Amino acid sequence: MDRYPGSEEGERQVSKVSLIVNGKEITADVEDRTLLVHFLRDVADLTATNVGCETTSCGACTVLLDGESVKSCTVLAAQADGREVTTLEGLASESGEMSAVQKAFHEQHGLQCGFCTPGFVMAITSLLAENPNPTEAEVRAGLEGNICRCTGYHNIVKAALAAASANTAEAAK
Amino acid sequence: MSILGTRVIRTEDPRLLTAGGVYVDDLREPELDGAARVTFVRSTIAHARITGIDKTEALAQPGVIAVLTVADMTDFPPPPPAEPIDPDAPPTEGPMPLGGPWSEPLLAVDKVRFVGEPVAIVLTDTRYQGEDAAELVSVDYEPLPAVVTFDDALAGETLLFDGTGSNVSLKRDGAFEEAVFDGCDVIVEGDIVNQRVACLPMEGRAVAASWKDGKLTVWASTQNAQLSRLILTALGLPPDAIRVVAPDVGGGFGAKIGVDREGILVAWAAKHTGRAVRWVESRSENLTAMTQGRGQRHHIKIGGTSDGHIKAYRLDIVQDSGAYARMSGFLPSLTVLMAPGVYDIPNVQAGYKVVMTTSTPIAAYRGAGRPEAAATIERAVDWFAAAAGVDSAVVRKLNFIQKEQFPFVTKMGAPYDTGDYEGALDKVLAAAGYEELRAEQKRRRAAGDVRQLGIGLASYVEITAGDAGAGETAKVEVHDDGTATVYTGSSPHGQGHHTAFAMLVQAELGIPMDKVEVIHGDTDLIPDGVGTYASRSLQLGGSAVHKAAIEVKEEGAKKAASLFEAAEADVVLDAGTGLWHIAGDPDKSLTWAQVAGAAEGGLIVANVRFTADRPTFPFGSQLSLVEVDTETGKVTLLRHVTADDAGPILNPILFEGQRHGGIAQGAAQALVEEILYDADGNPLTSSLADYGAITAAELPSFELLTSETATDVNPLGVKGIGEAGTIGATPAVHNAVIDAVSHLGVRHIDMPTTPERVWTAIQEAKKASAK
Amino acid sequence: MIPPSFTYRRASSVDEALDLAAELGEDAKFLAGGHSLLPLMKLRFASPEYLIDLGRITELSYVRDEGTYVAVGALTRHHEVNTSPVLKSEVPLLAHAAGQVGDPQIRHRGTIGGSVAHADAASDLPAVLLALDATFVIRGASGTRPVPAAEFFKGIFETALEPGELLTEIQVPKPASPAAWSFQKFTKRAIDWAIVGVAVQSDKVALVNMGHTPLRASAVEAALASAASVADAAELAAEGTSPGSDIHASAAFRGHLARVLVRRALDEARSRP
Repeated sequence: MDRYPGSEEGERQVSKVSLIVNGKEITADVEDRTLLVHFLRDVADLTATNVGCETTSCGACTVLLDGESVKSCTVLAAQADGREVTTLEGLASESGEMSAVQKAFHEQHGLQCGFCTPGFVMAITSLLAENPNPTEAEVRAGLEGNICRCTGYHNIVKAALAAASANTAEAAK
Repeated sequence: MSILGTRVIRTEDPRLLTAGGVYVDDLREPELDGAARVTFVRSTIAHARITGIDKTEALAQPGVIAVLTVADMTDFPPPPPAEPIDPDAPPTEGPMPLGGPWSEPLLAVDKVRFVGEPVAIVLTDTRYQGEDAAELVSVDYEPLPAVVTFDDALAGETLLFDGTGSNVSLKRDGAFEEAVFDGCDVIVEGDIVNQRVACLPMEGRAVAASWKDGKLTVWASTQNAQLSRLILTALGLPPDAIRVVAPDVGGGFGAKIGVDREGILVAWAAKHTGRAVRWVESRSENLTAMTQGRGQRHHIKIGGTSDGHIKAYRLDIVQDSGAYARMSGFLPSLTVLMAPGVYDIPNVQAGYKVVMTTSTPIAAYRGAGRPEAAATIERAVDWFAAAAGVDSAVVRKLNFIQKEQFPFVTKMGAPYDTGDYEGALDKVLAAAGYEELRAEQKRRRAAGDVRQLGIGLASYVEITAGDAGAGETAKVEVHDDGTATVYTGSSPHGQGHHTAFAMLVQAELGIPMDKVEVIHGDTDLIPDGVGTYASRSLQLGGSAVHKAAIEVKEEGAKKAASLFEAAEADVVLDAGTGLWHIAGDPDKSLTWAQVAGAAEGGLIVANVRFTADRPTFPFGSQLSLVEVDTETGKVTLLRHVTADDAGPILNPILFEGQRHGGIAQGAAQALVEEILYDADGNPLTSSLADYGAITAAELPSFELLTSETATDVNPLGVKGIGEAGTIGATPAVHNAVIDAVSHLGVRHIDMPTTPERVWTAIQEAKKASAK
Repeated sequence: MIPPSFTYRRASSVDEALDLAAELGEDAKFLAGGHSLLPLMKLRFASPEYLIDLGRITELSYVRDEGTYVAVGALTRHHEVNTSPVLKSEVPLLAHAAGQVGDPQIRHRGTIGGSVAHADAASDLPAVLLALDATFVIRGASGTRPVPAAEFFKGIFETALEPGELLTEIQVPKPASPAAWSFQKFTKRAIDWAIVGVAVQSDKVALVNMGHTPLRASAVEAALASAASVADAAELAAEGTSPGSDIHASAAFRGHLARVLVRRALDEARSRP
């Protein structure tokens, strides 16, 4: 990655960072301290991913980095330079069909205000990629890093299990 | 067959699930292009005089546009002069902030009274610059003693407000004569704390503002755009110079009613600098400077006969208001109103004192005063049952207001409309397998198992749409293309009103939901509206949509009649197909498009306000099953069974969702959540790493039973479900934990029932019984 | 929420990382998974002028069966440690404990080396590696040196790592009875740091969050060695410890938990076939 040499007193260190976000390369000069979540929201203009805390606790900022769920508030954009990032906006198919997890959230009423939802959808997408047929207990344990205040989690868990079933049915075809 | 009562998935979801919601921080309105970032400088000390503010270092930072303090607020109209406070006058029960010597400033003037109180505003080009610059604003404080606990406040050694003589801002005498307890063979007395908790919407407070050509536009994460506009007239602007828009709002729970002092300051900053601005608070600001909930200490006395009849109940409340009385006595006045809960108790005494402490102000939080009442009467009933030696389910049934007694006005003056308290309890006991659970509990007790079972019951009633007389507005339009638009004064922040109100239109007019657009939260489009809180939106907002739809139908009938050249009385709307025809002649029909096309301007419209003459009283029972590890005190919630009754269920999916969320918050208060301060008033739980927000890993799936007891207060027959789950869940879970260790001699454990509290209670009970 | 400004540098090899560290001196910190350091920087409790990102040094991400011990590269992520077939079979205690660190998102980023070097006494893995008598391989400008776990943790967030040195490998001796393990992590909520934690491998017992560093429960181990019962040995769990008091638990309660959890951990370890 390119860097800008030197820095004046008061000037912040800036470097060129290039990420592949939802299949598209996004390149920009950003401060070295830029968090991945802010790169996505402010540079890539993908605002579905939300910031909910400062202590890596709430999971609202969860995205996929090279296919694995990460909390994008605790990753520097620079650390993801050259890597693939998937956000909620990149989950639906090219023809606009929602993923199994997105569909399940809709059908199971897995969201109310929607603020935590992108984080949950990405976390569950990653969870199911690693564990395609989880038990309810495994789903609940797998969501310990995501906080929702509206739903009480009941329908989020149902959505995860429904998506797992749908994926299994699809794979069986 | 009507769509009402069927499971309809939400129309809101596809957008939220693919593009994501558009919250204040996501807005890309042209007016906000290049908006400055607002960062607040906040007090780091609980109580102090401000002796100086030095902006020089901050002003020298890159990207700083301005650093504003109270000294810059010369263009803000002065507040009205302080009114003399008559100490003997009956208290205002709000919800209105107290004025006079108790007044709350916008930016701190000469004093700070809680950690997190806003002291200065920094405007920068970017968010990152804002955080850098705000750190460098230097505020000099002359510390004063903190006033942290209820007892600190009551002692009054240090006063928060000069010229008041005490820290008790309001009180209502409970008339606590002792005679009512004469003749009670069983009397139990004790203290119960309903601890301070955070409201914790996942989106914190956020406000953006633009001042252009004499008009102020404010985008706010609010539960009421219209109320926010009214509040913002404090800037010295008339309402029609202000537009407030509520975009997607990431949760509110009562803490986003209107806009608060930061919201007013953000709007002022836009007007003052002429620059568009945007403020999005951090989580630590949210956990210290957004209003918090509960914070009551109760002294109770309950008495009755040894066969289990309750004769007298006294509830003496001290309400922690935090540093400012945002809602005056409103919260404890509701606690007093709902003190006896579902019980027909011959003598009820209830009163309160509101005290000021050097901590975050307390205001409405899901339930707002009613959870406190339910949580305590349900503990008191368990205490009474234990003392009388009667099963607590039996005691509840003996004392319930009976189905035949409705409508029932309680000793506190609450006009309960309809209820079936025994029915709800029976449903829950049956579904939970109560007898089997008690048998298993007995077996484990006899075996001395380390892991003991606790079964907790809560029967509750609560008041919704307390401001029924304010009502709600709705405008329904049918267009000449056959679509409809609903403008509602309600303001959803997750409740799914767009789906619910579209269902109402489809049910009444036959226009399919996918042709019904619902709009809310923009004062330019909806100048008149009340908003969403107090579980009022379906019963008032929905009834308004229903009323407007009926008026539209009546107008439609006129137009259809004229098109058919028939009498109005002979014209019929098939609500299933949305087609008009002459009665008995279904082959000739008119569509809504044709009927609206015949109206002036191609539009049929009805604009109404629906008011009700009284509030409604949803109710229910909840049963919680917990397992307590008696060696470590750890509590695991195994099952939670509820029957929450708010009348006919319009959309079971939405109804269940509200219950689930409410149960989780209620259980969280019983088990893990508490806002804590140290002895100097410094917050100890100002991050989500420290504050115990509950996750999916701590909760089971819930078992929801259906119970529908209609009200006669509104044409839909509905009450409000938004807060009921929370109100019932806290005491059910709390009672379960104590029940798990009651055989060891434990009588009470204050919430949250952390492992150390549970374990300590067990040790103390062991010591007491060893004596 | 936002870290103070710093300059980001990236190393693509261990040598380059050491060179950069030497060049930038005390103003620089290594960045592994970033889930100990970045949270501190976001709260502005740490403000290094330079971060040296180790994230591309793939040569330090591995789990290898080396006969008598398992070698784990310092930059192996918790998720990989948790799912490693070698560790599941040879050192199931470590595989399991790595799956208890934080949450799934954190486990996709955090590394075993980062956790060890950060040395928070409330962290899970330092105590586990102490119980396993692991050896930490440290590389510096002057060469490579192994440091046994018992000598590695010196104080609060303080280790045997000198400025400019890099932890490169963790060597875990294969336990004689791999199945004789237990990990008791006591929390209020699943996501919380351990209020108290206990790691047992056969008769070796280590404690999480009972002092300024992870601690071996030596009084317990000595009692077991003198043929004391599990119950009697566990009573000594808090000896030599200095647990703190905070909003989650008092020191006294932590002491009590240590006794209960050590007993349960020893019972569980003995119950596995």
